Order: sequence, then structure tokens, then C-alpha cells
Amino acid sequence: MAKLRGTGMAAVNYPTGMHLGGDPTMALVHATSSGSFVVTLSSVELGQGLKTVLAQIAAETLGVPLEAVVVDTGDTDTGPHCSGTGASRTTHRAGNAVIAAAKEARQEMLDVAAEMLEVSADDLVTDGKGNIHVKGVVEKSLPAAEVAAAGQFVYGKSISGRGIFLPPASKQDPETGESAPYSTQAHACTVVEVEVDTETGAVRVLSLKSVYEIGRQVNPELVKGQIVGGAWMGIGHALYETTAPYYPAIDHAPYDFLNYVIPGAAEMPEVQCEILEYPSETGPYGAKGVGEMVANAPIPAIVNAINNALDVCIGEIPVTPEVVLRALEEKARADGA
Amino acid sequence: MASEAPKAEALNVVGQPVKLRDLKKHVGGQTSYCDDLRFPRMLHLKMHRSVQPHAKLLAVDTAAAARSEGVVRVLTHADLPGGELWSGLATVGGAGDEPVLASDKVRWKGEAIAAVVARTPEQAEAAAAKVKVRYEPLPAVFDVEEALAAGAPNLIAHWPGNHYIFGDDHAAAQIRLGDVEKALAEADRVVENVYQTSPIEQAPLETIGCVAVPDGDGRYTVHTGSQSLSSTLKSVAAYLGLPANRLRFVSGSVGGGFGGKADLAVEVTATLAAIKTGRPVKYRYTREEEMFASSTRAAWRVYIKDGVMNDGRIVARKVTTYHDSGAYLRMSNYGAMKHSTHWPGPYTVANVWVDVYCVFTNRTPSGAMRGFGIMPASFAIEVQMDRVAKAIGMDPWRLRLLNAYRNGDMRGHHRAVKDAAMIETIQATAKLSEQNLTGDLQSLSSWRQKAG
Repeated sequence: MAKLRGTGMAAVNYPTGMHLGGDPTMALVHATSSGSFVVTLSSVELGQGLKTVLAQIAAETLGVPLEAVVVDTGDTDTGPHCSGTGASRTTHRAGNAVIAAAKEARQEMLDVAAEMLEVSADDLVTDGKGNIHVKGVVEKSLPAAEVAAAGQFVYGKSISGRGIFLPPASKQDPETGESAPYSTQAHACTVVEVEVDTETGAVRVLSLKSVYEIGRQVNPELVKGQIVGGAWMGIGHALYETTAPYYPAIDHAPYDFLNYVIPGAAEMPEVQCEILEYPSETGPYGAKGVGEMVANAPIPAIVNAINNALDVCIGEIPVTPEVVLRALEEKARADGA
Repeated sequence: MASEAPKAEALNVVGQPVKLRDLKKHVGGQTSYCDDLRFPRMLHLKMHRSVQPHAKLLAVDTAAAARSEGVVRVLTHADLPGGELWSGLATVGGAGDEPVLASDKVRWKGEAIAAVVARTPEQAEAAAAKVKVRYEPLPAVFDVEEALAAGAPNLIAHWPGNHYIFGDDHAAAQIRLGDVEKALAEADRVVENVYQTSPIEQAPLETIGCVAVPDGDGRYTVHTGSQSLSSTLKSVAAYLGLPANRLRFVSGSVGGGFGGKADLAVEVTATLAAIKTGRPVKYRYTREEEMFASSTRAAWRVYIKDGVMNDGRIVARKVTTYHDSGAYLRMSNYGAMKHSTHWPGPYTVANVWVDVYCVFTNRTPSGAMRGFGIMPASFAIEVQMDRVAKAIGMDPWRLRLLNAYRNGDMRGHHRAVKDAAMIETIQATAKLSEQNLTGDLQSLSSWRQKAG
């Protein structure tokens, strides 16, 4: 009996957006009289950081500080349509809709500023700190909030914009499968090292290293959060989790976290990750979806590492101690024969 | 087609690691979730669920439950207007096969039969246990391939072969590219294996739940943890026979979803209860319900037959996948189609043949989960790649890089690869993990068709 180490790798691609497209999301942007720019939509914040990411995209496009942007979402009466938070689609779909809405609002804002400064709107730029000024002439400057207020109270103009992103709907040919099912593909590759106890069958993930290519990151910390969380989920799927321990039988189904085992902090190795940035043609500022793909490379990489450590051919998940011990028994029988 | 890798323009706010807007509230325990909502005269809903995996319902006796302390209303199938059948993809034309509350039959252990609405959750729970159901057990089938075999018990009359029927009467979602049988016959090696994934719970910290509140003007506001407000709203309206503009769906901070809140789950019954009682009704799954009654990630069984040349080229990939839908369709056809077009993974294979079946079994219905349809494909593909490498005695890095798709290559779904950097991602991972690649592998690029 021994503790054996092995390494494994896996490379994956992942589609952005709902399968076959046709999934619109809309956004509205307007300036308030209190100096805010409000992005209104009906997408759902699941903790992934939707509001943060869309505020960044709106601030970037409007040319105003991040703090000036308010994201108001999750209400079907006040927010325009969203096709749901899922399918790694929200940053891509809502992000593009926010860009469209923010562009329209920005143009309106520059038009008002142009009247106030008596210049052409084409000559105006935003400094991202809350000011609009004439290109190359920083002194000829106005605060964006003042421009918004003047628009409302002096010029009778609403600083606002509408945006929609509707990826074209495709059909899947029932015979050949011919279709245009996604907007783009993101990519990842993971290498893990495991240690397997051949007496108990227990597997420990010692290290997990990944590289992701996701177009462009809107927020590197939130991307890292997805990757580390996905590595954790991948360890759970690869080694522990099942609602049917003797699938397909329905007996012994778990009913709480005492018998549905998910990894704890002690089971987490250090996760290293790097991001490659190749802006995508269709994404908002080049972003692809990263939300769902993050467990997909860790799972097969862990199984490959176990197979590498033991010189066995396990092809099922989760690889519980029982699965490991049965694989070792089978190998011993085969080697003996 | 771009011939070179695109470069990132300089930006101000996009690309910055700014803090999550809700961070302080989340870590300080001050975020309010759906279950934190309180309304005057709010009632609580609990469900009586099937203890049989497959049975005829002979009688549902709710009299004792209705008399139980605190109970305001008991709902069964008879209370649902229209008798519309539930479809997870109703708004995009999915087929309805699932009753909101069971009528003549139950098809999985845990299926909803009768809803009890009471003043407290404890009273509702106690009363739900008093619902008496008489069953006539039917033979059940749990394995996907047994369910497809001749003579297997049929679950749903609408699906006579226990599988979903795709367009043009196809039993499976198909991919057909090139001539897979010819390529397999001509390959140096054929590597064949089967892969199996397990049903999984999405395990969000916040369980599924909603509160349906009468607005007093004929409209209803539903506060929900749903991942998809608009499609859930439209489904609820359809099942209750309400114009969709009578409903407003609101979500606050949701405590994780991972696909488990993409299905319709609690909203129809809670809204029906709010209509019938004229009072706000909360329906929140316990952790136990979340584990055994909510949609799981499906179990997938994937058979792969690869044709490989001794130089490492994969020339054929033939795949048959059985997706365990459980007792009802929900979104399974969507996941199966997404799975089908994912083959042959991030590799260029000239001959691809895929059949994906959505199979009905007497198991908990499966639904969406992070990586829907793709996760099981990636798992099978990547474990298979190692087995192919072993079979031909090639380093697994080399095998993947030699076959990795490049921009302009043809994919299984008959469209060219674009916007891709699989090769660069593998190369960077080799560097990160101190794996030495030979010069010919280092010089590969997603934007060039030939090495060097």
C-alpha cells in the first residue's frame, strides 16, 4: 500500500450564449438630476458580479467615473427584457446592450455640452473622471453632471439611450446538425497533480494550474473568482458529488450536506491561473463568457491524473474511494492473468 | 478571417479589478434574500410529494390536511385552470409533458401531488404529511439503455419510446460530417470507450424559493430567486391562464443558481395559492427538497469510437450519448442539442458522427447546470484523449496540440472555427506547469494553418 502521485491535463472549449442564439437582452441608460447615470435592465444578479461588470462597461462607454453609474436590475416592470442569467451569456448579451444604450446617451450628453461650450460635439472628449472637454483644451471643460442637469432644465433634452443585443437565431439541421450555435468559444487548459492512497482509495488534489482564453477580461478579480470557484466545483464533481451514489438506482439519495459531500477548504489546493487576452469580434470590448466553463477542464484533468498515478482506466465520475479501489482490484486481476 | 491574433485596445475601467458592488453586504451578512422577505398576513406553502417512483394515483385525500391547524387552503391538480402541461422551454416552443401537480400518475419519487397553504411553515409541513395518497405501483425503469429497450415500461404516452423526438422525427440530436465509417475502416487504430457522469445537485447556498404577493389591483408581484425572470413569468401566466401583464417578477440578490434556478419550480404553485387565498404566499424549498426534488444535473453516458493514425491524427470520431432526462423533459432537449454541436471538442476531426438521445427514466427530472451539455462532453473527450495518446504511445500534450482546432478549420456543426486560441492556451499552460514542449509544438498557432 502506498501513496502514488500522478499528473493529468485537459483542454476545453466553451460556447458563449444560448444554444442557437436568438436570445435578446435589452438595457436603458439615463442621467438623473442628481449626477448619476442609471443602467436599467431585468437581468438577474446571482452573486457573479453582473452589476459590477455592467457598471464598468457603462462607465467605459459613457466616459464617466465608475462611481457615477448605478445599475438597477431584476424587475420585469421597470427593466426591459432579458433572456435570463445562464449559458455564459450575460456579460456578452447585456454588455453589448449596455454599450449600445450608453453610446446613445453619451452622444446626447456631448450634443448638450457642445451647445454649452459653443463647439462641435465631434471635438469633445470625456476624461473618465466626470468631465467633458474640448480635445486638447483641458480648460474648456464641463462636469458631466452639470451637462446632464442643463440638458434637463435648460435645453429640454433627456440624456438617455436604448440598447438591445439580439444574436441572430439559427436552426440546427436535424439530419446533419449544421447550425451557427454560439457567438464565440472561450478556451481553457488545466494541469493537476494528485496523490492517491492505494489503501483507502482517497484522492487528494495537490495542485491545479490553469490558463484561460476568454477574449478580454472586464474584471480580472471576478474572472479569478469564477476560475477558483470552478476549480473547487470541479474537484467536487470529480471526486465526491452525486445525488445517486449507486446510479442509476435511486436508493441512498442524500438529503443534506452531511451525506452529499462537497469539498471543504481543507480539500482545496492552491489554484494558479493565467489569462490570455485576444479580444473577441462579437464581445463587449472583446469579452467572451467565462461563467460556466470553469469546472470543465479540472474534472477530466483530475481523472487523467488519477489514471496516470495508478495506471488504470477510470471513465466515470465521481471517482470515490470505492471507484479507486475497484479499479485497483481490476488492475491486479488483469496483471495477474 | 483574421490571419493574426487580435490585440487589446487600451481602456479605462474595463479590465480593472474593481470590487464587487455587493461585497461588503455579502461578507457582513447584510444582504437580504428572497427568504428574508416578510409581508403582512403572509402564508407558507409546503408540498406533499410522491413516495413511489412510478405509480397510478388512485385517490388523493386532502380532508385531514385541510382540517389541520392553521391550514388556509389545500391545492391539487383540480385547482389548476386549463390543465396546461409544464415545459421547461415553453417560451421557445418546448413540448409540455409535466403536470404542475400530479393528476393520474406519478413518474418519480418526489413528484409534487398536493400543496398545503398554512399560517406558519411548521403548520403547512405538519398538514402536508396528513395528505393520504393511494397508489397502484407500476414497473419502474431507472437505466437509460434499459428504458430504450423493447418492452420497457412507458412513462409518458406522448413519448412512446421513452425518448424525446427531435426535428423531422429523429430519435436523436445528430451531427453528420464526412464519412465516419470509411475513416474508421482506414484508421491505423480504433480507440473505443464509454464514459459516465453522475447526477449532481447544483447546491446553491440559497435554496429555491419565491413569495407571490397580490397587488390588490388584479396584478401579482412574484419575488423569486429565478435565474430567468421573463421566461418564468410567461410560463406561470400560461399555466394559470393569466394575461402575462398581470404578473411582475422581481429578483434581489440571488444566493447562487448554477442552473438550478433556471427551471420553473415554485412560482406556479405559489402564485396559484396567492390567487386562491388573496394573501402573500411563500414557497421555499428546504435543503432536503433542494437535494431530492429540484432538478439535478443530468447523468450522461457517452460512447466514443475514435479512428486514429499512428502519427497522432484523429480522423474519425463516432459518438452515441444517452442523456438521462429523468421523468420529464424540462430543458433536456436543449442540453442534448448543445451537447451534439460541441463534438468533436476543440479538435479538428474530418469525420464526425454523433447521436444524442434524451431518455426518460423514473428518476428525478434533470435540468440545467453550469456547463449544460458541455461538461459531460468535455469530460469524455479529455479522458478519451489520454487513452488515445496511450494507445498510440504519444505524449498527451503532443496529441492535443497536433489535433487542436485552428481558425478556419471545419467544426462538427459545419461552420468554420473563428475567434479561437486553443493552441496558445495549451502552450501557455505547458509553460505555467513547467512542461517542456518541443520546438515544432511551440511554433504552432491558431492563426496559421501550418507549423513554423
